[in-house]
Amino acid sequence: MAINWFKYSAPTTFYGLAGKMVPWFAATAAVLLAAGLYLGFFVAPVDAQQGEFYRIIFIHVPTSILSMFLYLVMAGYAALGLIFNTRLSAMMATAVAPTGALFAFISLWTGALWGKPMWGAWWVWDARLTSELILLFLYLGFIALHASIDDPRRADKAAALLAIVGSVNVPIIYFSVKWWNTLHQGSTFKFSGTSMHIVMQQALLLMLLACWAYAFAVVLSRVRSIILERERHTTWIAELPEVRQ
Amino acid sequence: MSSLDIWMRENPLAYVWLGSYAVALLVFAVEIAMVRHKRKITLQQVRLMQEAEKDQEDEGTA
Repeated sequence: MAINWFKYSAPTTFYGLAGKMVPWFAATAAVLLAAGLYLGFFVAPVDAQQGEFYRIIFIHVPTSILSMFLYLVMAGYAALGLIFNTRLSAMMATAVAPTGALFAFISLWTGALWGKPMWGAWWVWDARLTSELILLFLYLGFIALHASIDDPRRADKAAALLAIVGSVNVPIIYFSVKWWNTLHQGSTFKFSGTSMHIVMQQALLLMLLACWAYAFAVVLSRVRSIILERERHTTWIAELPEVRQ
Repeated sequence: MSSLDIWMRENPLAYVWLGSYAVALLVFAVEIAMVRHKRKITLQQVRLMQEAEKDQEDEGTA
């Protein structure tokens, strides 16, 4: 059975599909978050060097990964919108930006809270921290630029360029701990394996999946509002049950 | 050593919970509330616009 994926690249069909997916992703996120927090706080052992402070890892690492991943998703959608002039791609890029910015903020915030007891400072101008801060500014720049242009199609194009150019920062964040001599520790997960306790790994994975499901639920929910707003003059919007009631 | 330093070393779990997880969950809650609010407002605007268009059509035919 062949699935016509292009069918869902139209706002008309994607609106309904997104509406059906949101509750599933939201419920998945809630269950995984509860399981991840339980494992992370009640089952995972205390770290030999960092004591209880290391437990910040279960929120810091997933939000950091998601902040980078969502930027690439946003830039990918922005590029699709710019190249193929597809309406939904630009809407998706706009919907991803606020969630990505919040993940970048939480990553920086929790990093500062972890840095204080470990390094003795809330902030250092380290390559990893600085490049993550630039990522937050890129998200904020995307949102501000998009909001500052009245014509949505022109706003999409201008913001898309910023998103694409800014995507060069993502590999810089990832490899910063290798390229420069940084205070920030190296990658938690490597292809060669990890020295972490198995329960710590499981808690981290559950929290990562929870953040991923949460991001999907929120972004899909937001894109539904954007579709409603942008397509408000069309007949299919007028015929929606939630509009007619 | 400041009083915050002393407090965080005496209560590491409270520091981790209140500082990181409570803030993160609060941020998520605010985002969910904003998304729901945006949906409500957008639906209201679309309904109002549809009603205004319908009224204009009715006036045109009358």
